[in-house]
Amino acid sequence: MIFEVFRQERKGQGFVHGGSFHAPNREFADAYAREFYARRQESVALWVVPREEIMEIDEFPDEFDLKYRRVDGYSIKARLKEARERAGKPPS
Amino acid sequence: MNERANLLLELADDELILGWRDSEWTGIAPFLEEDVAFSSIAQNEIGHARALYELAARDLGTDADSLAFDRAPEDYRCTPLVELRRLEWARTIARHWLYETADAIRLEALKASGDPEVAGLAAKMDREEIYHRMHAEMWVERLLATDEGRGRLEEAVHELWPYALGVLDDGLRPGFEAIVRERLPFELPDVEPVPRGRHEVELEGLLEEMTMVRRSAPAGAQW
Repeated sequence: MIFEVFRQERKGQGFVHGGSFHAPNREFADAYAREFYARRQESVALWVVPREEIMEIDEFPDEFDLKYRRVDGYSIKARLKEARERAGKPPS
Repeated sequence: MNERANLLLELADDELILGWRDSEWTGIAPFLEEDVAFSSIAQNEIGHARALYELAARDLGTDADSLAFDRAPEDYRCTPLVELRRLEWARTIARHWLYETADAIRLEALKASGDPEVAGLAAKMDREEIYHRMHAEMWVERLLATDEGRGRLEEAVHELWPYALGVLDDGLRPGFEAIVRERLPFELPDVEPVPRGRHEVELEGLLEEMTMVRRSAPAGAQW
């Protein structure tokens, strides 16, 4: 069984993927996770997850190119310039 | 030698020699994860030995390295169980589990000692030994789960049983024996314990190798 390990370096921080290892069950996984990812006090907490329990999603179709939904998909630069010109120079 | 120094040396020698034997798996354990875990346990045992030698050295007016490396083979007080060299995984796990089970009983007794330094050190060691016991128990459970594993464990425990009975003194031994008989699903014979003070032939080879570097430089050299 492969386990994926996520480590938290400091309290309050997010968990970041650290790596993975083989273990026959959860008890061994507990022991090995401690040895590999926390023995040198480099983590304050671990999430140890059987790989098969992780739901992976990696396809995100965008057939109609609705790019205005994206953060970077809607450019306001040109509109801003246009609006400035329409308004004329600000009074000095 | 006073009684306390004697007791500390018995414990320290057990931990040092077992740590050394366990470290012989480094690089060749059955799989990588276990290689790392078992090497780490070996390091812990040697760390415990060091703390125990330091305490004994203060009583004896010497230092930890001299106690660990400069004594004659016959002066070591370790139990013969830890001296055996088998390098076979079932025997390694059987010894690991038998030793940790005995050690837990011994540490419990030492934690209740009237000597605060001994009790304090025993408590500190025990906080690491908890993980060694978990590790040993997991392996025993895993071996017992299949016919092949159970057969191998049974054979190994049978071979080591008289040695295991020699780890603790007469006062603590019955408690140990009861726990082992209760936990393992096979019969164990009534045999005489292999006493502390006797040594296995392979201890000499171990000491030869372990003290090689120290002997190569004049006493007192700094590393």
